[in-house]
Amino acid sequence: MTDLPDIWSYLSQGPLLWLTATLIAYLIGDGAYRMSRQNPLVNPVLVAMLLLAAVLWATQTPYATYFEGAQFVHFMLGPATVALAGPLYSNLHHVRRAVIPMVGALIVGSGTAVVSALWIAQALGVEGATLASLAPKSTTAPVAIGIAEQLGGLPTLTAALVILTGIIGAVVVTPLMNTLRIRDWRARGFAVGTAAHGIGTARAFQVNETAGAFAGIGMGLNALLTALIAPYVLGLFQ
Amino acid sequence: MILNLAVILGFQLIGEVIARAANLPVPGPVIGMALLLAAFLIRPALAQRVLPTSQGILQHLSLLFVPAGVGVISHADALGQSGVALMAALVGSTILALAAGALTFVGLARLTGNKGDSP
Repeated sequence: MTDLPDIWSYLSQGPLLWLTATLIAYLIGDGAYRMSRQNPLVNPVLVAMLLLAAVLWATQTPYATYFEGAQFVHFMLGPATVALAGPLYSNLHHVRRAVIPMVGALIVGSGTAVVSALWIAQALGVEGATLASLAPKSTTAPVAIGIAEQLGGLPTLTAALVILTGIIGAVVVTPLMNTLRIRDWRARGFAVGTAAHGIGTARAFQVNETAGAFAGIGMGLNALLTALIAPYVLGLFQ
Repeated sequence: MILNLAVILGFQLIGEVIARAANLPVPGPVIGMALLLAAFLIRPALAQRVLPTSQGILQHLSLLFVPAGVGVISHADALGQSGVALMAALVGSTILALAAGALTFVGLARLTGNKGDSP
């Protein structure tokens, strides 16, 4: 029989171990979400990433090693973005009728996200490259990193701020909308896609397909608008 | 199934090529999504075929963010000394942007006399 450390060193070199671990961690997160009677605080992404981070820490595994396995899951983000064409097509009759509310909500939501983030951070003493990294945090990661580079921000920091924004949005959206008594699925979805990109959109799909379709549109439009306005808004704060 | 995946990956590929060739600020998959939507409108039969696969991928969209999320925790020190200020900015601005966006949407929908489905 082979020793456990030998098996470990074999497994830790291939993608199988961390790919499987990612799927299992997500299943545990999803199970916890269901067991909590779909409590938005028990977000499956958050649970899975905390579990995996704990395992990586306990086994002294570098993130790069983990990512070699997890990259197959990460890769699917591209095809999933393309697949958003599906719910968009199915909800096109809703979308056509809601052009004016969407344009208004986009401008207000996107503007509020950039201005209020910079304003709060600056009031708390954040400046320079760190402030620039914060400006595009509500946009989807690849666009946000591109914008941060243009603005003189730090791409790694922006990536972290983008993911955190997504998780915060996914966790707070349901209680916040219930408090504000907003029951329109289109408004709830569009707002979370604009403020919290793909992770917010994933949350919207968990709840309602129309909300998911509108979140997808919000995410796409917000990426475009933030790329246009972020340099000017940041200029006001420097 | 395989054909549907090939369609989705093919549109992503076309999107990436266009984004790079034309030096657009939009990510390739977003262009791929727009082109696939156009293709669905031109050929509804294609939509009927591909829709179940796209639903399948999107049902577990959350899963796809896990690898990047683990990276954030592993690099928590990237937040640096301004960690607390940045977290306050993220929480505050996300709540404000969500509320402002949704209220604007509902207000404009009422003004234009257009009601959506409610939960």
